[in-house]
Amino acid sequence: MKVTYIINGKKQEFDISPGEILLDLLRDNGYMEVKGDCYEGTCGACTVLINNVPYASCTTLAAGVDEAEITTVKGLGDINNPHPVQQAFAKFGAVQCGYCTPGEILSAYALLLKDPDPGEEDIKRALDGNLCRCSGYMQQIEAVKIAAKMMREAGDNGRV
Amino acid sequence: MAEYKSIGINTEKRDAMSLVTGQPVFTDDIALKDMLHIKMMHSPYPHATIEEINTEKAEGYPGVLMVLTYKNTPRVIHTTAGQGWPEPSPYDTYMFNQKMRFVGDRVAAVVAESEEAACEALKLIEVKYNILQAVLDPHDSMRDGVPVIHDEPEIKGAYDPQHNLAANIDIEIGDINEELKKSAYVIEDTIRTQYVQLTPIEPHVTISYLDEYGRIVIRTSTQVPFHVRRIVAQVLDIPVRNIRVIKPRTGGGFGTKQEIILEDICAYATLKTGRPVRAIYTREEELMSTRTRHPMEISLKIGAGEDGLINAISMHILSNTGAYGAHGLTVASNSGSKSLPLYNKAKAVQFRANIVYTNLPVAGANRGYGAPQAYAALEQVIDELAYKTGIGPLEFRKKNHIRTGETSPIFKALGEGKEGVEQYIQSCALDELIDRGAQEIGWYEKFGKHIRNGSKVRGVGMAMLMQGSAIPMVDMGAATIKMNEDGSFNLMYGGTDLGTGLDTVSSQIVAETLGVKPEDIIVYASDTDITPFDVGAYASSGLYISGSAALKAAMAVRDQIFEVAKELLGEVDDKNFILEDGRVISKASGKSLSLSEIAHHTLYVSNQHQIIASASMVSPYSPPPFAVHFAEIEVDGETGVIKPIKYVAAMDCGKPINPELVKGQIIGAVSEGLGYALTEEYVFDENGKMLNGNLTDYKIFSTRDMPEVVPIIVETYEPTGPYGAKSAAEININGPAPAIANALYDAIGIRVKDFPLTPEKVLREIKNK
Ligand code: FES
Ligand code: FES
Repeated sequence: MKVTYIINGKKQEFDISPGEILLDLLRDNGYMEVKGDCYEGTCGACTVLINNVPYASCTTLAAGVDEAEITTVKGLGDINNPHPVQQAFAKFGAVQCGYCTPGEILSAYALLLKDPDPGEEDIKRALDGNLCRCSGYMQQIEAVKIAAKMMREAGDNGRV
Repeated sequence: MAEYKSIGINTEKRDAMSLVTGQPVFTDDIALKDMLHIKMMHSPYPHATIEEINTEKAEGYPGVLMVLTYKNTPRVIHTTAGQGWPEPSPYDTYMFNQKMRFVGDRVAAVVAESEEAACEALKLIEVKYNILQAVLDPHDSMRDGVPVIHDEPEIKGAYDPQHNLAANIDIEIGDINEELKKSAYVIEDTIRTQYVQLTPIEPHVTISYLDEYGRIVIRTSTQVPFHVRRIVAQVLDIPVRNIRVIKPRTGGGFGTKQEIILEDICAYATLKTGRPVRAIYTREEELMSTRTRHPMEISLKIGAGEDGLINAISMHILSNTGAYGAHGLTVASNSGSKSLPLYNKAKAVQFRANIVYTNLPVAGANRGYGAPQAYAALEQVIDELAYKTGIGPLEFRKKNHIRTGETSPIFKALGEGKEGVEQYIQSCALDELIDRGAQEIGWYEKFGKHIRNGSKVRGVGMAMLMQGSAIPMVDMGAATIKMNEDGSFNLMYGGTDLGTGLDTVSSQIVAETLGVKPEDIIVYASDTDITPFDVGAYASSGLYISGSAALKAAMAVRDQIFEVAKELLGEVDDKNFILEDGRVISKASGKSLSLSEIAHHTLYVSNQHQIIASASMVSPYSPPPFAVHFAEIEVDGETGVIKPIKYVAAMDCGKPINPELVKGQIIGAVSEGLGYALTEEYVFDENGKMLNGNLTDYKIFSTRDMPEVVPIIVETYEPTGPYGAKSAAEININGPAPAIANALYDAIGIRVKDFPLTPEKVLREIKNK
C-alpha cells in the first residue's frame, strides 16, 4: 500500500507492507538520524515527532500515520544552521555518546513548542521516556532551560 | 601556574554538532549494497550438549545463504576478552560449540538477504539437546561431584576447571590473624552484589565487508579496535594484515564493548560469501548474551586499634564469572587493587578471591571493573567500624586514608592478574573532598538526626573512593601528528572515544602544546589501517595513555617547527621559541612566523619535508583519582522505598582538561551507580533463564528517578599526567551503592546486605530489626 508523509517539510511517498514499522521504514529510506535500540517503546532512541508530538517510531505502524507530518532531528537544523535546542545540547555538555541525542532533542523541542518556559519538573517529565546511559541527565535538563531562554530572547517559538 | 588557552576550558565536544544534527556517524548508519544480515540462535538450556542439529530446512528458506554452527566454523579456543596480549583471561570459548553453558549461549547463526528471512529461518533449525545438570549457585561451583562446566580438554589458562574454578588469587601482607587479634575493634561482614549490565543505548553492532583488495574491513562498535583485529585474526586463522578494523562514533560502551562479540562471526560470513554482512543484537540479546558485571560475595574482616587506626583488612571474594571466564581474574584483582590501598595504614592485608564458573550469563568488563563491588562492601564495613570506634564516618576516614607521598604494598602485590607496579601517591585531595562534600550535603546538620516526615525518614551517608589511570606497564597507546599548510594539524591516534570526549580533550592537549585552537586539530582515531596502535578504551586509560601519547607527539612536532623557525629567522638556539596564537615567536628577537608560513616553507620551498611525528606512551605510574560521595535519602518505613534526594560527588582528577566533560563523567557514572544501588538486577527462573531481558523490567534510571546531583571538582596537579591530569571515567560509579546503604543505616539503623536495596528487602530488614 502507499502512504504519504511530509518529512522535515518535504512530501514523500512510500510503498509499504501492512505490518511495516515506521522506524524501519525511515531507516531503510536513509533517515539514519532516527536510532533504534529496544524496539519496544521503552528507550526513546527512535523518537520522531508526528504532527509535533513525540512518538516512539519503533511501535508506530507506518500505515497508521498516513498523511502525517513527521519531524526527525534533521528537520530542526543542520551543522551550519542548528536549532537553539541543538546548539544548547552541543555547547553545554548534554551530549556524550550521542546515541540518545536525536530523540532527546525532539522531546525537548516538542515541549518547548507547547511551553516556552518550562520548569525543571516539566522538563524531566518530557524527557523521561528518553533513556540516556551516559549523561545522568543533569546537563540535558540544563540545556533545555538554556535553549528555552535562547528562544524566548530571540522572540520566536523556535518552530521550524 | 601557567596560563593555559586550551586546557581547563569547556571546549565544545568535537563531535557534538554532528551528533545533535543526526549525521550518520554510528556503525549502523551506513547501508551497503547487497548487505547480508545475521541472526543468532541461542541455547534455551543452561547446560547441555547438542546431540543433533539439522539446518537443512533453514538453509532452504528463501533468501538464506548459510547457517553457521560448530560443524562448519573454525574451532579455535580463545577468549572474547579484549585485553592486551597475552590475555590474562582463560581460553575457554569457541566461535560456536557443541557444548552449551548458559541460556543465551550461541547455537547457530543464519546469514540471509534480510533480517526477516534470517529470523524466519532460525525457527526452522532443529536441535536435539542432551540436557545436563546445571550449576546455578556460585557456592556450589567448587563442590566435589558438581558437574564440570568446562570439561573440554583444550581449555587453557583456567586455574582449576575440574572444580569450576576459572581463576584464583591469594595474597597476604603481614600477619593478618595476629593483627586482627591485636585490634581493639573488629568488624566482620558479608555483602552480596547482583548481576547487572551497563546497557549502552547503542547495542553491539558490526558491519563487515571486503575492500577492493580482498581484505576484510570490520566496522564495529567497540572499545578495542586493535584487540578486535588480533582476536579475529586468531579465531579465523588469517593474518592480521588482512583485517582492517574501524571504530566510528560509538553509542556507549562501559566495558561491555571491551569484548569480541559479533566481529568474528560477521567477518567469517563475509569471508565465506564475499559480501557485506551486518550483525546487530536486540536488547534482549544484549542483556542475556553479551557481558555483565561479575556478581560477588565479599566477606570483610577489618580491625582497628584503640587509636582508631586500621590494623588489618581481610577481603575474601567469591566472584561469579558465569559461563566463560572473560576478565574473571583481572576484575577480581581490581576489586582489591583499586580499593585496599585507600586504607594504607593497615599492617596486615589479606586478599583472596575464587572466581568460579556457573551456568549463568557471562560476566566481563563493566565500568569500575570490580571496584564497585568491592566498595559496596568495604565502605559499609568502614562505616560500621567508624561507628564502633566512636570516631564517626568522616574523621575515621580522614585518620586512615592514603596521602601524598605515601604508598601501599597492594600496588606491587596485586597487579593485572600478575604482580603489579609500586606506586607513590603524588596528588591527593581527600581531606578537602571530604570537607567540601560534607558542607554541600549539610552533613553536620543532618547526620544522626533521623529527620522524620510521617512514615518517611531522612538519612545521609558517604563513601570514599579511588581508581587508577590505566594499567601501569601494560597499557600502551600511540599517536601521530602531521602539519598542514593552513597551520592545522591532523592527530591520528588509536585512542578510542566511546562518547566520553577523549577526542576532544586530546585535541585540547595538542592545541595547547602547539599554540593553536582545538578546532585547528583534526582528529582521526581508532582505525587499525591508519592510526597507530592503542590498547583501546578501558581501565580509565583514555586521557592518561592516549592523551599523553598525543602530547608527546605534539612536543616532537613542536621541536620540528622550532628547527625550521631557527633556520628561517636565522637564530642559533632552537630552545628560544614559543608557540602562541598560531605563530612561532622568537623570545630573543621578538620576530615571528605564522604556522602557515612554516608549513608552506617546508612543503614547497626549501629543505622540503613533512612536519610529522609519532610517539608512544606506556607508564610505570597509574595515579589514582580520588572521590568522596555523599547521599541524602528518604526512606519510607511503610513501603520500604528509598528515594535519593540529593547526591554530592566530589572528585580529584588532577587538572580537569575540560571541566564540563568531567562533570558529565561524574553525573553519568553516578546515575549508573544509583541504578546498581537501587533498581538494577537480573532476575532468573529456576533454569537460569533471564526473565527481565528488556528495559521495562530491567530498570535503569530515567530523568525522574534522578536526585539532584552536585559534582564538585577539586583541582590538583598530577606530575605524571598530561598537563597534570588523572583519569575521571570510572571512579564515580563506585560510590552510590555504599553511600546509599550508609544513608539507609543513618536513617533507620538497618543494613540490607545484598544489592539492590529494593523495597521488599528494606521492609524485611525493618521487620527483622
Ligand atoms: S527503539 Fe523505540 S523506544 Fe527503543
Ligand atoms: S549520550 Fe549516550 S546514551 Fe545519551
